[in-house]
Amino acid sequence: MNQMVTNEQSKQVNDSVLGLFWAVLKRDLMLAYRRKSDLFNPLIFFLMVATLFPLGVSPEPEFLAEVAPGVVWVAALLATLLSMDSLFRSDFEDGTLEQTLLSPQPLFIIVLAKVLAHWMMSGLPLTILAPLLGVMLFLPSEGMGGLMLSLLLGTPTLSLIGAIGAALTVGLRKGGVLISLLVLPLYIPVLIFGTSAVQAAVTGLPLAGFFALLGAMLALGVVMAPLAIGAALRISVSG
Amino acid sequence: MSTALLQVNDLFCERDERILFEGLCFSVTAGEVVQIEGQNGSGKTTLLRILSGLSNNFEGEILWQDEPVEEVKEQFRSELLYFGHHPGVKAVLTPEENLKWYAAMHPSISVGDIYSALEKVGLQGYEDVPCHNLSAGQNRRVSLARLYLSKAKLWILDEPFTAIDKKGVAQKENLILEHARAGGSVILTTHHELTLGEQIRRLNLDELAGT
Repeated sequence: MNQMVTNEQSKQVNDSVLGLFWAVLKRDLMLAYRRKSDLFNPLIFFLMVATLFPLGVSPEPEFLAEVAPGVVWVAALLATLLSMDSLFRSDFEDGTLEQTLLSPQPLFIIVLAKVLAHWMMSGLPLTILAPLLGVMLFLPSEGMGGLMLSLLLGTPTLSLIGAIGAALTVGLRKGGVLISLLVLPLYIPVLIFGTSAVQAAVTGLPLAGFFALLGAMLALGVVMAPLAIGAALRISVSG
Repeated sequence: MSTALLQVNDLFCERDERILFEGLCFSVTAGEVVQIEGQNGSGKTTLLRILSGLSNNFEGEILWQDEPVEEVKEQFRSELLYFGHHPGVKAVLTPEENLKWYAAMHPSISVGDIYSALEKVGLQGYEDVPCHNLSAGQNRRVSLARLYLSKAKLWILDEPFTAIDKKGVAQKENLILEHARAGGSVILTTHHELTLGEQIRRLNLDELAGT
């Protein structure tokens, strides 16, 4: 009997948590959809890097094929970083962030939903666009799968880490530069394993190890980053 | 004598090496309206932010129903309605969407009440207009609609009447009185002359200010 009651209660809690997660996700996606310029900014940046790189360095297919994994990954990383500053800024400016922090709902879930919405608007389109960039940079077709999968596992981690920086700097007027300084060192492991995975895919080496590491970083990020983001937001709003 | 909802003991706050208040003690019991007074820069908003739990830059003790606020955070937050300088309204969302989001943040609010709340603040017919197309006063009204929705006991209102017309102000004053009569408490700052009569208690920060 007791068991049943607790089951019932935990089911209710589950429902409300899911409802909250969905409500925040829907709102943030709707906000992004209504401000489309913010949406395309990182994507255009991503495409521009891939277009300008051969013009600036060398159009030789052999050379480009060699550097393609790194270029695509660095471009994706910088595009994510570029979009990070806006994650909490508008909420901070119109006071909805205050209301979020004062709500009795778990901040962990709210933050996780916000970051997921941000990823769906930046990391996911970047991942989908990546094969196009791969073709433009003569990445061998064997590398495409590795490129997409590594970005699919890596970009959410980038969003989670970037959100910590965004939360810490949201109270500052010029937070953009500081985010880069705070976050770039933490991005480096993701970049290293991401590009290594693509290179391994091109040369036909086993990939499982790289994906396991990227997945581990993502799992750690999902569990730990929202706590850090929540604490950082409280500090930023309190200041 | 009812117990105090909110009890503040020996509150001290310093900002930019200037003491805003020290040794501030007061309590708010159920059914009480407290108006915080003081000139610009006397720390009214800072005090309200401290009381609501947004700001940590203070020393002293804040008790919610006789327990330290940090220990009953969740309970306190579900009983609190905070209305800040920024109305907390998203410009690209419609009033209805804004309030739905607020309802998601506060599970005690039922979504069905949103329409009647919007009607009560005089925004019927504007439910589907993005808030950036509404006037400043209408945006404040979207946020004030939360007063009709909320089941919170303690309202902390920072300049709730800014950009609201006379009729709206009278209506909100009535709402505050009703809330107090129903056993709720209100802490507010405003530069409007309130016509709440005897119900109100005033707390002047200028007299408390240190050097």
